[in-house]
Amino acid sequence: MAKAPKLPVHQILDENGELLKGASVPDMPKEDIVELFKTILKVRVIDSRMFKMQRQGRIAFYMATQGEEATHVGTAYALKPQDWMFPQYREHGAAFVRGLTLQQFINQIFGNSGDLNKGRQMPMHWGSRNLNLVTISSPLGTQIPQCAGAAYAMKIKKKDSVALAFFGEGTTSEGDFHAGLNFAGVYKAPAIFFCRNNGWAISTPFHRQTAAENIAVKAVAYGIEGVRVDGNDLFAVIDIVRQARERAVKGNGPTLIEALTYRLSSHSTSDDPSAYRSEEKDDGPWKLKEPAVRLRKFLGNQGLWSMKEEQDWEKACEKELLDAIKVAENTPKPEMDALFEDIFDELPWNLREQKSQLITFLKNEGKR
Amino acid sequence: MPIMNMIEAINNALHLSFERDPDVVAFGEDSGYYGGVFRATKGLQEKYGTERCFDAPICEQGIAGFAFGLALYGLKPVAEIQFSDYMYPAFDQIVNEIAKSRYRSGGQWPVPMVIRTPYGGGINGGLYHSQSPESFYTHAPGIKIVIPSDPYEAKGLLLASIKDQNPVLFFEPKKIYRSSKADVPTDYYEIPLSKARIAKEGSQVTLIGWGAIHHVNMDAAKLAEKEGISIEVIDLRTIIPYDIETLDASVKKTGRCVIVHEAPRTSGFGAELSATLHERNMLHLHAPIQRMTGWDTHYPFSFDYEYYPNPKRILWAIKQTLEF
Repeated sequence: MAKAPKLPVHQILDENGELLKGASVPDMPKEDIVELFKTILKVRVIDSRMFKMQRQGRIAFYMATQGEEATHVGTAYALKPQDWMFPQYREHGAAFVRGLTLQQFINQIFGNSGDLNKGRQMPMHWGSRNLNLVTISSPLGTQIPQCAGAAYAMKIKKKDSVALAFFGEGTTSEGDFHAGLNFAGVYKAPAIFFCRNNGWAISTPFHRQTAAENIAVKAVAYGIEGVRVDGNDLFAVIDIVRQARERAVKGNGPTLIEALTYRLSSHSTSDDPSAYRSEEKDDGPWKLKEPAVRLRKFLGNQGLWSMKEEQDWEKACEKELLDAIKVAENTPKPEMDALFEDIFDELPWNLREQKSQLITFLKNEGKR
Repeated sequence: MPIMNMIEAINNALHLSFERDPDVVAFGEDSGYYGGVFRATKGLQEKYGTERCFDAPICEQGIAGFAFGLALYGLKPVAEIQFSDYMYPAFDQIVNEIAKSRYRSGGQWPVPMVIRTPYGGGINGGLYHSQSPESFYTHAPGIKIVIPSDPYEAKGLLLASIKDQNPVLFFEPKKIYRSSKADVPTDYYEIPLSKARIAKEGSQVTLIGWGAIHHVNMDAAKLAEKEGISIEVIDLRTIIPYDIETLDASVKKTGRCVIVHEAPRTSGFGAELSATLHERNMLHLHAPIQRMTGWDTHYPFSFDYEYYPNPKRILWAIKQTLEF
């Protein structure tokens, strides 16, 4: 069997919130560290509330990101506004760092007239052209060759920007993972492929997904850089994405980043992890490694954060969220026209006819 | 005006669009240095460089997904799938991504692009070099489908497809890539999409086809004329969204219709046309609309003659509608 190269796992902040020997915090203002920590806390407040909302039947579906927040919050911070992100679906922290408002996020979940997608997709499929956040689609891995294409376009347009695709380790089994990395490698596209290896693809564990020792080694076969990072270490994530970005814009090609993390939440509101894993044995050790836990300790040690501040912030987040939900619940659904628009740039005859049929039916039912 | 074959006309259209719009790029398997196995992209790399015309790894889903990313960023990709028989690995990217991007994002992320691909039989290609898969893609809202029938048509329709703001699948009838010749202006011109062409006026039966079959239909019409039957031959040109006005008007006039295509009959696009034309023109029809198509088999290597609709078979179908 071919021997895979040993790839170290990049780490800066240990599980106790202490900097590793010789390691230093990436170049960033202290206020930014606090802000990113606050974003992580905010995501947790949102996840917990939205999960309950789904159980109450107030929203159709939700996907939480507990335990993985540092992967996307850190990545978005390390990128520049002109960089494009192709999310998978469990990276809403990146959206908030980039500037998607909480109201826009909640409106998408409700599919109301404030939803940028005009109410066309199920929850967790946000996106914003203005923010260079490519709208999420459900099929796994399709964003990977797309990201390679966008990165190539940036390259030939000579832009100082990169395209980054998020995905999970399960998605690396898809053909599109192979296609995307291969194309990006061949064309030396300024792309970053960010794999959140969270251990589980719904119920399927890592070792049932691949016989490879890890995900990052797969980069070797594509002739691109492959690196591993502690995905629960915000500083290490920022550092490694910055390095990958630098490599890309300098014309040195794409990077596959494997971020080691753990999906403490269920896959989605439709999933029951107790059927396939043990909370104590499987999840237990990772609860101690959560990004929020170690950041809280680090900031506390630096005198930058207190439990009082945390309580106040969580209360503020909860209030902002409840206000946003209230607004979303009271916002009407999109006009019926939105059902037929955007198939093409113009409505062809068949859609015009079908729309007028629907209007007739709705009128007969007194609904219009 | 020079005489061109279809490949020359397509190549000419690509050169013109490269010259006019720096955002147009072309790529596909063997599309770069070699200029494509059918030579459609010949000379583009030489003239415009490897950044705008390049070889793709052999990976159809990659080609489609990569084109999506290029289009998203504002380039105008003209991707080539070497044979439409090999497009199925890209089906997910085409149907779930390219067709849906504008809709699912509320209009934020349209992906205007062209995917060119040779299709069709009559070339001793057997199962995997002869398919006519257009109807699979007609079932996915959001993609236009265009099929030219001769060099003049191919150039004007391709230029219109490249300028269109939607994704376009451009199926090229490879059987007549070189055999079909026409006077083709060297200047830029477009043939509008979604407009069918009445290639020959007639009064008794409307005969609808597209691509290479259009020529078979013309031959069938000649046979019919010899027997005193007047045929109106329509070249559909754009399959989605098709020109219902022209079809309705013709069927209302003739009261009879035969639809011809190479693809298998069941769920072929003839089924859709037949249903729609029946629904809209029932009281004008003198006979049920007939379909003369490929059989519901795979494309057979040794039975090309038996499989491929020919003028005599089409004449038989024409007579069925007249004798009803």
